[in-house]
Amino acid sequence: MTTVALPVASVTEPRARFRDLVASEWLKLWSLRSTGWSLFLGALAVVAFNLGTAWDHYRYFLQYDAASRAEFVANDMALWDAFTYNAALVLILASAAMGVVSVVGEYGSGLIRTTFTAVPARGTLMAAKLLVVAVVQAVFGAVVACGSFWSTQAVLSARDIGLPITHPGAARIVVASALLAPVCAVAGMALGAVLRKSATSIVGAVVLLLLLPAVFSDRRHLTAVLAHATPLHAWERLADAGPAVEEPFPWSVGGAWVVYALWALGAAAVTVLAVRRRDQ
Amino acid sequence: MIEVRELTKRYGATTAVDALTFTVRPGRVTGFLGPNGSGKSTTLRMILGLHTPTSGSVTVQGRPFADRPRGLRHVGALLDAGDAHGGRTARAHLAVLARSNRVPLSRVDEVLEEVGLGGAARRRIAGYSLGMRQRLGIAGALLGDPPVLLFDEPLNGLDPEGVKWVRGLFRRLAAEGRTVFVSSHLMTEMEHTADELVVIGRGALIAAESLTEFASRGRRLSVTVGSPDRAALAALLLGEGAEVVDDAGLLTVSGLSAARIGRLALEHRVPLDQLTTRTASLEEAFMELTADSVEYLAGDAR
Repeated sequence: MTTVALPVASVTEPRARFRDLVASEWLKLWSLRSTGWSLFLGALAVVAFNLGTAWDHYRYFLQYDAASRAEFVANDMALWDAFTYNAALVLILASAAMGVVSVVGEYGSGLIRTTFTAVPARGTLMAAKLLVVAVVQAVFGAVVACGSFWSTQAVLSARDIGLPITHPGAARIVVASALLAPVCAVAGMALGAVLRKSATSIVGAVVLLLLLPAVFSDRRHLTAVLAHATPLHAWERLADAGPAVEEPFPWSVGGAWVVYALWALGAAAVTVLAVRRRDQ
Repeated sequence: MIEVRELTKRYGATTAVDALTFTVRPGRVTGFLGPNGSGKSTTLRMILGLHTPTSGSVTVQGRPFADRPRGLRHVGALLDAGDAHGGRTARAHLAVLARSNRVPLSRVDEVLEEVGLGGAARRRIAGYSLGMRQRLGIAGALLGDPPVLLFDEPLNGLDPEGVKWVRGLFRRLAAEGRTVFVSSHLMTEMEHTADELVVIGRGALIAAESLTEFASRGRRLSVTVGSPDRAALAALLLGEGAEVVDDAGLLTVSGLSAARIGRLALEHRVPLDQLTTRTASLEEAFMELTADSVEYLAGDAR
């Protein structure tokens, strides 16, 4: 009954390359129809929030009194419309959710076991996934931020109050808003890798990225430091273009960039370590 | 070749796998049998490095599988037919796996044809039946043309034609000199598939031997005898030192051969209307051996 006819030749295997994992994760992301739709609808929502505010200012600008109009111009309020607080909230939610789904989608379906059987180097695989998601989100953020800037300023230009990208602080708003997407997406991936369930991870992302920044008051030193350590407050600091506002605990633009960097690196490290250490 | 040595896995106070030691050799199909919850899947996951053992070790082709940077060319595995994302097409699912291991894309179409999914390759997996998902899982296992293949309950959901095909496939893979390890909770599935058996219950090893050896364990010879005068016959057989059980109008006799019973009946002029030698089936041997280790018993009052 048992026949050992042809022993299988010893395995010849091409060298393992990181870029194969990146290509595989790229294919994995784009082979889902929902990826394109999420990005498209997310972008639409964010730009719509900004454009709506700009439209409002355009529409009622002539009804403002002279002092209000002068204040609008003096305080560079056109830049506030370039990327509004509400739009930032929507962007954080959309990007974090997409980050969560990129990881939890594999746990929910059980695909993760297939993936890690094909690639036992789990940490390397997650690094490839982080790279792909971060790059896609950076492009998404850039499209959304640039689209918002040019569309809002174009609308305001009809009242001669739009500002060019060369205006002091304008470029920083665009870059800070664009980078908010990959930072929050990577944070979402870390939550997904730790919590593994989609509902829990999304709630976790809302609490961590939206709720906590809202409850930390910047009137006391401790809570101000905690608040400043969140991506939302860092974005506010970077997008704050007008003249300096009185704050009990002011902080620098450089500090805000550091917060961005630490979130991205910390979340990436958590994502890689979570899958390496635990049973899958 | 898969070598499992003193493999143990505990989750808190529960011991899922308890000091398992066995070897799965190439060139034959090895069945991995045990009742539900006996630790088969946990063992397979430890072989694949997905779960870290509490103690003990397991190597595949002489090395822990988790040490391999890429897996498809070393081990092909089907753990659960559901282990794929429903939103992708079968072709995209396999292309993602192939790309990560530098397996040429042409191989994807090859294995899809081989498992009979060629026509459904561009349909999304969400619309697949369980049987089609099993076929997709098998396709994924074959992708890297590996020397070792693991299948966890691969026959679930397959139609009779599919079962026949899978059995033929396993035989062919083994005949090519590969190690084929197939888990199941049904002996009947393994009876026509496996050459070797590894049987576990409550995480501990019960048997690791060839199918023939295993079958002979359960071969407690017994003879079924029917007679219009059962009482007289029973007394006669008991007098000869046999064990006799009256079972639904027939006597089940052990300890005496059918020939001896026939002769005794003739000598004492007791008429017989039936005389059959029975050997316990593999299924019975399996049930007997695992009876003490069934985790979830129906109607079990606790």
